[in-house]
Amino acid sequence: MLDTQLVMYEEDHKQILAVIGRLVRDANAKCIFIVDKNGQLIAEAGEVRGIDTTSLASLTAGSIAATGGLAKIIGEEDFPVHFHQGARDNLHVTLVAKRMILVVIFDDRSSLGLVRLRVKKAGAEMGKIFEMIQKKAEAEQATGGGQSPFNEITDDDIDNLFAD
Amino acid sequence: MSFINYSSREINCKIVYYGPGLCGKTTNLQFIYNKTNPDLKGKMISLATETERTLFFDFLPLALGQIRGFKTRFHLYTVPGQVFYDASRKLILKGVDGVVFVADSQIERMEANLESMDNLRINLREQGYELEKIPFVIQYNKRDLPNAAPLDEMRRQLNTMGAVEFEACAQGGEGVFETLKAVAKGVLSDLKRLSR
Repeated sequence: MLDTQLVMYEEDHKQILAVIGRLVRDANAKCIFIVDKNGQLIAEAGEVRGIDTTSLASLTAGSIAATGGLAKIIGEEDFPVHFHQGARDNLHVTLVAKRMILVVIFDDRSSLGLVRLRVKKAGAEMGKIFEMIQKKAEAEQATGGGQSPFNEITDDDIDNLFAD
Repeated sequence: MSFINYSSREINCKIVYYGPGLCGKTTNLQFIYNKTNPDLKGKMISLATETERTLFFDFLPLALGQIRGFKTRFHLYTVPGQVFYDASRKLILKGVDGVVFVADSQIERMEANLESMDNLRINLREQGYELEKIPFVIQYNKRDLPNAAPLDEMRRQLNTMGAVEFEACAQGGEGVFETLKAVAKGVLSDLKRLSR
């Protein structure tokens, strides 16, 4: 663990799902993903069937990292909004709370304007949730681990994982 | 930096394979991919040039099983080894939980190994990490080649910190899973230690 570890409890997850579930409807989106900057998929909503979500998460993080690097080269802190237009589906990508990436996939049932508008509001809401999660994680780290499942695991548990 | 999800009861960790160009980082991942049960792996992604040199990264998601009801998932990444891709290497190291350094045993690649190891230290330090303090495994790859440097010499030059080390021939798979297991175990032990 090399930074504040990201720990997502059920109640946090439910809050995020509620926000992105609403956003799918409000923005007429096909599906929505929340990915952290390290490429971990945090939450998903909408028609996600048929999408390789793990690959989507790692490539989104890679793309955000690369464009963030480009931004710094030209003296910008970041490019917080990205839009990729396809023949059928489009991708709207926004940075939330500096650490999270909100990915909205939409087709011609919606429009870039509508997605932008709805993402702005939902992004602010999500920002607050992630700030709260971050504060909780920092407080737990300061008090020594909180309810981490690793509190209870033994060396044998780890060894058993590799016994083949 | 690992991610613990209580909702889906998953623990996700990130492992990065580092090393000089053409040392066999991608080959390690390809071997793991080819030999892993399809239920336990996701799609392997390689962002490579037309000549199959890694351009940005390779990515392989892997499930290792359960610990106390939590599914453990490892995301394996490689960095592009060529010197001029340093900006990309820095990006990929972000949030890393464990590192494998793949050294090229060919005697004429010793300089490249040393340069890459220095580069790893510098890039980790820029993000506030110390190589000595993170789960770290060294793999001496291409031991089967006739121009391989003596193991003692490689150890003396590259493993000054006494890290766990393995000899390997990644193309044939020798040492590949041993390396992966050692770093994964290191990551989980580290998480356990830090949660105490």
